[in-house]
Amino acid sequence: MSYGPYASPFDPHSPEAAAISSLFGQTLVVCAVIGFVVTALVAVCAVRFRQGKRTGEPPQIHGHTWLEIGWTVVPLAIVIGLVVLSARAMAASDPPVNREPDLVIVGHQWWWEARYASGVVTANEIHIPVGKDLLLRIESADVVHDFWVPQLGRKIDATPGHPTFIWLQADRPDTYLGACAEYCGSEHAWMRIVVVAQTPADYRAWEQHETQPAPDPTGDAARRGLAEFRGKTCIGCHAVQGVGAQPARVAPDLTHLAERKTLGAGVLQNDPDSLARWLREPQVVKPSSHMPDLNLTDDEVNDLVAYFETLR
Amino acid sequence: MSLATSPLDHAADEHAAEEHGPFAWVATVDHKRIGILYLFTSLFFFAIGGIEALVIRLQLARPNNTLVSPDTFNQLFTMHGTTMIFLVVMPTLVGFGNYVVPLMIGARDMAFPRLNAMSYWLLPFGGFLLHFSVMAGGAPAGGWFSYTPLTETPFSSTPGTDYWVLALLVLGIGSVATAINFIATILTLRAPGMTMGRLPLFVWMTFVTSILVVLALPVLNASIVMLLVDRQLDAHFFLSTGGGNAVLWQHFFWTFGHPEVYILALPAFGMISEVIPVFSRKPIFGHAFVAASTVAIAILSFGVWAHHMFAVGLGRTADVFFVVASMLIAVPTGVKIFNWIATMWGGSIRFTTSMLFATAFLIEFVIGGLSGITLAAAPIDWQVTDTYYIVAHFHYVAFGGTAFGVLAGLYYWFPKMSGRLLSERLGRWNFWLMVLGFNLTFFVQHFLGILGMPRRVFTYPDLPWWGTLNLVSTLGAGLMGLASLLLVANVLYSMRRGKLAGDNPWDAWTLEWATTSPPPHDNFSEVPPVRGRRPLWDLAHATGSTPPAQAASKPPRVLDKGAVAVWCFIASEAGFFLILIIAYVFFNLAGSEPVGPSSSNVLDVKKTAAFTACLFASSGTLWLSERSLHRDRTGPAAVWLVLTIALGAVFMVGQGSEYIGLYQRGVGVATNLFATTFFTLTGFHGLHVTAGLFVLAIALGLALSRDFRSRRFALLRAVGLYWHFVDVVWLVVFSIVYLKAGR
Repeated sequence: MSYGPYASPFDPHSPEAAAISSLFGQTLVVCAVIGFVVTALVAVCAVRFRQGKRTGEPPQIHGHTWLEIGWTVVPLAIVIGLVVLSARAMAASDPPVNREPDLVIVGHQWWWEARYASGVVTANEIHIPVGKDLLLRIESADVVHDFWVPQLGRKIDATPGHPTFIWLQADRPDTYLGACAEYCGSEHAWMRIVVVAQTPADYRAWEQHETQPAPDPTGDAARRGLAEFRGKTCIGCHAVQGVGAQPARVAPDLTHLAERKTLGAGVLQNDPDSLARWLREPQVVKPSSHMPDLNLTDDEVNDLVAYFETLR
Repeated sequence: MSLATSPLDHAADEHAAEEHGPFAWVATVDHKRIGILYLFTSLFFFAIGGIEALVIRLQLARPNNTLVSPDTFNQLFTMHGTTMIFLVVMPTLVGFGNYVVPLMIGARDMAFPRLNAMSYWLLPFGGFLLHFSVMAGGAPAGGWFSYTPLTETPFSSTPGTDYWVLALLVLGIGSVATAINFIATILTLRAPGMTMGRLPLFVWMTFVTSILVVLALPVLNASIVMLLVDRQLDAHFFLSTGGGNAVLWQHFFWTFGHPEVYILALPAFGMISEVIPVFSRKPIFGHAFVAASTVAIAILSFGVWAHHMFAVGLGRTADVFFVVASMLIAVPTGVKIFNWIATMWGGSIRFTTSMLFATAFLIEFVIGGLSGITLAAAPIDWQVTDTYYIVAHFHYVAFGGTAFGVLAGLYYWFPKMSGRLLSERLGRWNFWLMVLGFNLTFFVQHFLGILGMPRRVFTYPDLPWWGTLNLVSTLGAGLMGLASLLLVANVLYSMRRGKLAGDNPWDAWTLEWATTSPPPHDNFSEVPPVRGRRPLWDLAHATGSTPPAQAASKPPRVLDKGAVAVWCFIASEAGFFLILIIAYVFFNLAGSEPVGPSSSNVLDVKKTAAFTACLFASSGTLWLSERSLHRDRTGPAAVWLVLTIALGAVFMVGQGSEYIGLYQRGVGVATNLFATTFFTLTGFHGLHVTAGLFVLAIALGLALSRDFRSRRFALLRAVGLYWHFVDVVWLVVFSIVYLKAGR
């Protein structure tokens, strides 16, 4: 998989992120100039006005009104300029909300739920079509989280009882990394986000595929795994479309689990070995996460992995 | 009135005789000893907070590290932040203030020496409470700003947060008491000729800081009390599941939190404003502008809290307002920087260790200030807030700024405190290691933030550059640890073996250098005349620039320190109740009425009106008592006082019966938001009335036991002011809670 070089605001891939990036650049230049001037003045003082072998007191100067006015007015003017630039960047990077959201993102301790208007439900990995501005509604199921994908734009808090909205788009197909940015408890570190931007055609295909229920498992191990998925209480928290009653969404939807890049919101890469490890010792891999250690036997783990690998 | 004859000061004299007894340091009320106690206690907690920081840095030294568990890590950074702010920086600044403020204004001690001792002892007590949590099920792990609902019981079930609240309450009360003490000291105990305009800038900035403490800490106290009520009594202030509001906590916390930033910074600015002139051999440039910019910063600091909340999504209007207000703070801050540089310009600079720290302060604080400007631009903040960029920013302000300022102050004032100079040789090592370590640790964190690394993560994936930059940061932290050890070694060595300092080793100009090092118990055998901002310069250059002495000939108007203290206390209490009232209004009057019990369906307005009349009448009787006493009629004074207490008691009985009635109808704190806000607001008012009744009873006891004349009059007047204040609060509460319901 290809990550953008850096998940940085300075590598913007949307008009919103680009607006912030250029404001950041301009502001840093202004700040660097100020910082340079101040440092240079201090350095001149340190070199030129060192006491050395001088004796006697220097001229006692108590102040200078015009200088004071100068270094009040000039910074004020700079600040006013920065406010104007900021206001413009605010308008460009955070346009007003004018319609129903395309996608609802719900922060949970410690994973992200994504619910598309089309009915697709997934977790931790968000697919978007390039070149289209999606409106996201950001909610929280428990504590304050924060949705942040630096290359695509601003971050915004997911606060319980206080839904917020942001626009999300990408200018070219790629994988963009993000993370929960607001400290949200034990596993805040592993609440990462992957945004997969696809060409409109690829995206349509993905969406079409996602709306399909999971295929019936083939092979004995996978079939046993499905039985264990039902019998071992997995199904009490996780949903797999087409498999029994839809449970409460307290844990990630697993309908197309095998297609995702990561497990546990970024704590592991998604491959059979890691999946087995995750099932065997979730509280070692991600301590305090709400995924319990079910004391599965090696056979059970292998069956479950076989089943989950069919969820494509 | 003569302050020197107050009984408290006699007590201080008695303590002077015990200066060398076994409990000399425990029982001391001497501002100098208390100052040193503060400094050593801060050093102790600095060691704890520093070790916590080093463990944090070790855990983050490489990706996917497993040195400590996630929960341990989260406790570590919560304790590190809380410790460094409340147990290190604040007490360090108070410690220096304690030691040098009375000396700098030519006073014998603080205005209230015993209150001063109490404030100090609340510090170790608060620190103990905070750390006791470790043994009671785990330290707090909600971060130093304890965002709700993470810190509410459903998400933090261990008592860590409760101990955090209790510790901060204890420390908050101590801080307010100290601040009131500073204000009273600076307003009432200045030597003749030491006008407010001639105050040394450190004293001035301590004064402004103290006002900030008096106004801001109560906001914190009220907020954490609400959090505690939520946690202990299942109330709903900040839990959205019960209708509460998680964002309200953030508003309350940062209303305290941003002034707090300046509480941590201004006294250090004051130290810099003393150190730079002395070592540049020039007076501070633009004294009035430096002083006024401090006031401007203090005022602005109350209007910028939501720049900590740009990521919340408060809407365009709010964000723009807070962008403008936050950017404006850059202006008075810049004024300070330019004045400090102008002070150095054209001077004759001696780069002692103290001056080295002050110079590094200038550059590092400017870096922190400039990254602050980038963060004041909301869109930039939307990207880099809650990342390592923020961590870098506030450490440049709080460590590169405040801590370097404090170190400049320490190398400057240590000789006054100990009589010996700190070793300059060790000092230089200390300085260069600290500069190198600090900048290595924190400068790279700007880049980590820009590369997308969130703050408060116990580990991180191995993304390009993250491991390398974190390792550099950890190495820097190691150097800072080494520099800190050198500092401690220098202090311990120089205390015993350092070069003797003499009265005025730096050839400085403020009054503390006019006395011996260390100063005698009473500070001065004779306070030099004060005819300007630099009394000792004026003494040395008696002819020429000294202004005519007539300024001192006008007898200064001396404020009563008791009255000053009570008014400050009332201001602080008003802030506390204001927050509780805002919470009530927010949940009951600002939107739709809560479901279930509300002011209009469970409160008996007429009955409460009757009790309210009693409370107001008690203000009248207390006034009559004061008037009788003023006319030397002790008997009637006592009678009126008894009546006051009786009327107050009737009010409390009324409130008690209302509570019982509500409980019988099944209305308790946990019932709904009306009940939560109603009981918290009226309950705390009732607590204040009860406290007032106790104090009135003490006053009555004094009245009955001995003659109750002029000196007691000050006591009764102070109690009276408090009592009237409590009545005024009730007037507001009654109008908002009951009269609104009656409509």
